[in-house]
Amino acid sequence: MTVRARYIRDGVMRSLLIASTLFIVVPLLIIISYVLINGIGALNWNFFTVELGSPARAMQGRPTGLAHSIVGTVIIDLMALAFAAPVGIAAGIMLSEYPDNPINPPLRVLSSTLNGMPAILMGLLAFALVVRPFGGFSAVSGSVALAFVMFPIIARSVESVLRTTPWSLREVGLALGLPRWRVIISTVLPAAKTGILTGVLIAFARAAGEAAPLLFTSFGQNYMNLDPGRAMDTLPQRLYSLAISPYREWHAMGWAAAIVLLVFVMTCFFVARLVAGRFGTRADG
Amino acid sequence: MLVFGLAIIALALGMGFVLYTQGSVPIRGQGFFGFLFETTWNPVSGVHGAWPFLLGTIITSAAALALAFFPAVGVGIFAAEYAPPKIGSVINYLVDLLAAVPSVVIGIWGIFVFAPWMRDTFYIPVYYWAVESAPALLPVLGAPASYNIITATLLLALMITPYTVGLTRDAIKLVPREQRDAAWALGATHWEVMRLGILPYARGGIVAGAILSLARALGETMVIAMLIGNSNRLPFTFFGPASTMPSVIANEFREAVETMHLASLMAVGFYLFLLTFVVNLIAAYIQRKLNIGGRVL
Repeated sequence: MTVRARYIRDGVMRSLLIASTLFIVVPLLIIISYVLINGIGALNWNFFTVELGSPARAMQGRPTGLAHSIVGTVIIDLMALAFAAPVGIAAGIMLSEYPDNPINPPLRVLSSTLNGMPAILMGLLAFALVVRPFGGFSAVSGSVALAFVMFPIIARSVESVLRTTPWSLREVGLALGLPRWRVIISTVLPAAKTGILTGVLIAFARAAGEAAPLLFTSFGQNYMNLDPGRAMDTLPQRLYSLAISPYREWHAMGWAAAIVLLVFVMTCFFVARLVAGRFGTRADG
Repeated sequence: MLVFGLAIIALALGMGFVLYTQGSVPIRGQGFFGFLFETTWNPVSGVHGAWPFLLGTIITSAAALALAFFPAVGVGIFAAEYAPPKIGSVINYLVDLLAAVPSVVIGIWGIFVFAPWMRDTFYIPVYYWAVESAPALLPVLGAPASYNIITATLLLALMITPYTVGLTRDAIKLVPREQRDAAWALGATHWEVMRLGILPYARGGIVAGAILSLARALGETMVIAMLIGNSNRLPFTFFGPASTMPSVIANEFREAVETMHLASLMAVGFYLFLLTFVVNLIAAYIQRKLNIGGRVL
């Protein structure tokens, strides 16, 4: 090949790479701008303060909103976090700090496998384990399903954060004669705490956007409900119901739900990035 | 700690076990392969088979991966090796942002903006063109619906791209500096540095990343449920509606009242579990094989 042909080829490949970058980035910007433009117009005070009610309410122009979905999302997501974070962090510690344990290699394989499992299966599992035995759709079952979604993500990111903390930290503790659990609690975890926080936030953000596991666990509601033993509404799932509903008024509310959900998830994402950036540890699931 | 580690095993294997027991009636009744290859899904007459959904899942996921793979690897390479560090980090940031956008948000955009646009600018003109000059294509194309396989696949491709990009990026990051320096020192062009020095080294990681993205596509639910049109009837056509395993579960589970219908949906979930489990295990196996520089990926 002549030098000239090699340079031409180099240029062609460079433009192809630039083209593929635009190919990915442009649709993202288009989607975000559509959501912002359509969503802003549908947002108003009622959206945050009134419950949805029946479709007639929206069609007759009476005040309607998604206050119950926002409240429900916060309750269910926080409950899920409370279930998943301790177990996930502990599992991550197990994966990273006890590599000599005989169950560790299969554990690591299963951990990465779980990370790729469809979220809807977590919903089916929670349906079988919680909804069936307790005889009804409930907010608790929804948060169990979301906890199943968060758990492997947290375990994976805690594992990768702990692996980046230097071994000398552990050796210092062990040299003092501390047992391993004490070394983990007193030196490894404090050193890795911002990284762990980032991982937990990323898992939270990912789970907060999931609708699939909630469809048949927390089920959804048109009215305000604070009782975790009954069906409760969440934003992602409400967004889905609004978008596929036949009512024009509800479509507009769907866009408003999309902007709220997008802002919520992105805030988690930015805070996670900020925490990670400031303290120099990375924890991408 | 051991106990919490066991939680991982319990969740992974428990999921398979629970889905199997919940769906065991149709699976045992028709046999493991009998249920899988049954081509009819008609809850009203009580015939349940997973084949239409398996087919729909595999078609959409494979097509989405085929569409997303080269652009995604291109973005990964461009951001890591070509772009100036500032622009590279902006690109990485945007890609991570795309991964964070909830699938229902992409779904609502698909329903109200993308699908109608595709119908008016693409499906209908192509359909009329086929009617006039290529009638042989009509049975393959099918009547143009806005919610169809192509719409769903295109958005699915967009959704799995950030995973492929991220894993490509990680694979390239593991390539030692010396590989690049050696290629530059031989007088290689920028592309030749990539082609000879970096891609062979990162190949395994990129392939594993592609397989992981495939697993994502297999399990992606909401975008598909919102945009594929949800038809259980074979044969599928390009412009016609279809269904996938996750989408049928999402669509019918809430309305399923009959025990058999519910159990059959659970059984579909069990097959989806097996499929994604195997695909993920393959990816994990490839990644374990790549023990580059003492670090297990």
